[in-house]
Amino acid sequence: MYHNTDKQEYTITVYTENQVGLLNRIAIIFSRRKINVESLNTSPSEVPGIHRFTIVVEESRDVVLKVVRQIEKQVEVLKAYFNTNDEIVWQELALYKVLSEEITEKVKVERLLREFGARAVAIRKDFIVFETTGHREETNKLMKALEPYGLVEFVRSARVAIIKESAGFHEKLKDFEKREPGEDVTENEYLGKREAVFTM
Amino acid sequence: MEQKQLTGSQAVLEACIAEGVDTIFGYPGGAIMPIYDALYDYKEKLNHVLVRHEQGGIHAGQGYARSSGKVGVVFATSGPGATNLVTGLADAMIDSTPLVCITGQVFAHLLGTDAFQETDVINITMPVTKWNYQITDAEEIPAVLAKAFYLARSGRPGPVLIDISKNAQFQLFDYPGYTPCNHVRSYRPKPVIRKEYIDEAVALINNAKKPLVVFGQGVILGKAEKEFKKFIEKSGMPAAWTILGLSALPTDHPQNVGMVGMHGNYGPNVLTNDCDVLIAIGMRFDDRVTGRLDKYAKQAKIIHLDIDPSEIDKNVKADVGVWGDCKETLPLLTLGIEQKDRSEWLAVFAQYAKEEYEQCIQPEMYPTSNEMTMAEAIRVANEITEGNAIMVTDVGQHQMVTCRYAKFNQTRSNVTSGGLGTMGFGLPAAIGAKFGAQDRTVIAVIGDGGFQMTLQELGTIMQTGVDVKIMILNNQFLGMVRQWQDLFMDKRYSFVDIQSPDYVMLAKSYGIAGAKVEHRKDLESAVKTMLEYKGSYLLEVMVGKENNVFPMVPQGCSVSEIRLK
Repeated sequence: MYHNTDKQEYTITVYTENQVGLLNRIAIIFSRRKINVESLNTSPSEVPGIHRFTIVVEESRDVVLKVVRQIEKQVEVLKAYFNTNDEIVWQELALYKVLSEEITEKVKVERLLREFGARAVAIRKDFIVFETTGHREETNKLMKALEPYGLVEFVRSARVAIIKESAGFHEKLKDFEKREPGEDVTENEYLGKREAVFTM
Repeated sequence: MEQKQLTGSQAVLEACIAEGVDTIFGYPGGAIMPIYDALYDYKEKLNHVLVRHEQGGIHAGQGYARSSGKVGVVFATSGPGATNLVTGLADAMIDSTPLVCITGQVFAHLLGTDAFQETDVINITMPVTKWNYQITDAEEIPAVLAKAFYLARSGRPGPVLIDISKNAQFQLFDYPGYTPCNHVRSYRPKPVIRKEYIDEAVALINNAKKPLVVFGQGVILGKAEKEFKKFIEKSGMPAAWTILGLSALPTDHPQNVGMVGMHGNYGPNVLTNDCDVLIAIGMRFDDRVTGRLDKYAKQAKIIHLDIDPSEIDKNVKADVGVWGDCKETLPLLTLGIEQKDRSEWLAVFAQYAKEEYEQCIQPEMYPTSNEMTMAEAIRVANEITEGNAIMVTDVGQHQMVTCRYAKFNQTRSNVTSGGLGTMGFGLPAAIGAKFGAQDRTVIAVIGDGGFQMTLQELGTIMQTGVDVKIMILNNQFLGMVRQWQDLFMDKRYSFVDIQSPDYVMLAKSYGIAGAKVEHRKDLESAVKTMLEYKGSYLLEVMVGKENNVFPMVPQGCSVSEIRLK
């Protein structure tokens, strides 16, 4: 089924009801098709009671489109979007734990942190925790740079992303709350611009 | 006014009554005992059928739903009771059968402690349910059950499972009454119909020289049989069916050109790769239908009507996707299309049909060898029922033969496990089908392999007295697997040689009448006896051991490479 090898990073944004077990329902859509999830973030959205999933996968457009439709089919999913990297603004947050003596003794480390715009979030006698946000390559770079200077621990968050074209979910929600499906039922939005969507 | 107090269990049964449920298929056990205790007081209002295994219960629920068009309801206990439902849930999920399954669960405070008969049924059944939910507080029961019934039957139907902890079943609460559900914020049962796609489809059909309709169960699920008939009659197009679309259009309709797919008819399969417009209605281009996908109808423009947006472009890219309920979209198409005479194009199908009849059908239906064939048993049944019976099949060669040769006059007459191909489906589904359509004759056609998977349900027949005619077509093999070993694996018959008990004696031990036919001369009178018998009857028909079902599209081949032998 999935012969298309033209893979790239896609960010899938899913608006859902806040319901126990939904994470699993969404996760199994990927695992059933043997698709690896690169990153997954779930948190409340700007609309009270509505959750927002941000999922990053590396797949072809055709596969992502089908997966997104399966996600949207879930009863408690309101809407799912998928975007390429140039259609979104995204960030990841990284935390670095470094031994205090390394920082205090080595001027180079201080310069490094300054260069990367790192911020100290915890300062102890024995260690300091720094934080940066950025794209994966950026946070990776600092991790690599700190390695020779006794980087004790490193952790990175999942991607969070804002869709550049999105007008927010507030307005859309009104449609969902209507008893009658509105004009803007977007299940068929892809059909309107097939040429742009289908590469096969 | 003082509010009425009910237990959670009573609220479950009140919900069933409010939803018009008349029959429940189930099996009691520890964690669902409070519901069964309440059921004791509802015996007058709700008919509970005690099955012999939860898998039998859920297949019966499916048979009931398929023959009646209503939601099938199944009760089971926690742990093994719940896990025994999984096969039926998967079957109902892939065949879009509306079910509400209620499972008992351990007390809420024991969840996650590996309590006796505790299993995580919500997570186990997540991929095989349209929706599932665990209730631990009785107050949730009325609203959750209302949502369950609504979700099961609306849109593209499917199975819903509600897991109710034992404490919630016992819990007394202020009962607010039952309000049916007709809206869930995050759920779109059907997409909005877009006029531009209707117009595009109409234009394609009107310009088509050689259009072909392929219809699936969507026509039946959408209760759109009349709308469908009008549509094809106005356009004069040939219409072929998938296995689950069978019986939506009468067999003898002049535009009915037969079945598509692996064991479908010659004409519709070959001509799929010759038509210029293919109109797929409520079907999902299963691989058993399409054969090799990259050689499937490549020359044709594809119009795909479906209620489920995720089906369009899933397997076959549609040139025009008509999203919506076919009960609404078909009349819109009918309105736009021109009346056409396509007798020339239909004659091409007739030509293929003639060739197939001579090479495959006649030798099967009217064999001259000593051995009986499955097809002649079906032919004899057709002659007596005149196409008015509900045919329930199991899975395998007999299933393909029955679907190919059984005659149908009315819809909801073919009950079979299509997508999942569940052996053991036939007998319990037939029981359920009879409960769902009590005024109709129900014939369960089952192979010797599948019958032995769920034959314990003979006990259900015995106890309820339900009238099911069981026709075992015994070829003493797991025939379909043997056929593949014969054709593709150098006749290496690996573990397909299966022995049977004495079925007539077995039936007798359950108080069910029966007979065995071994010779052609006795076949007709035996089938007649079975069909005229008052009550259930088991007829074992000994058929040729190594007959193969043809035509056949070998796996990995294009539909036009269908083999007649």
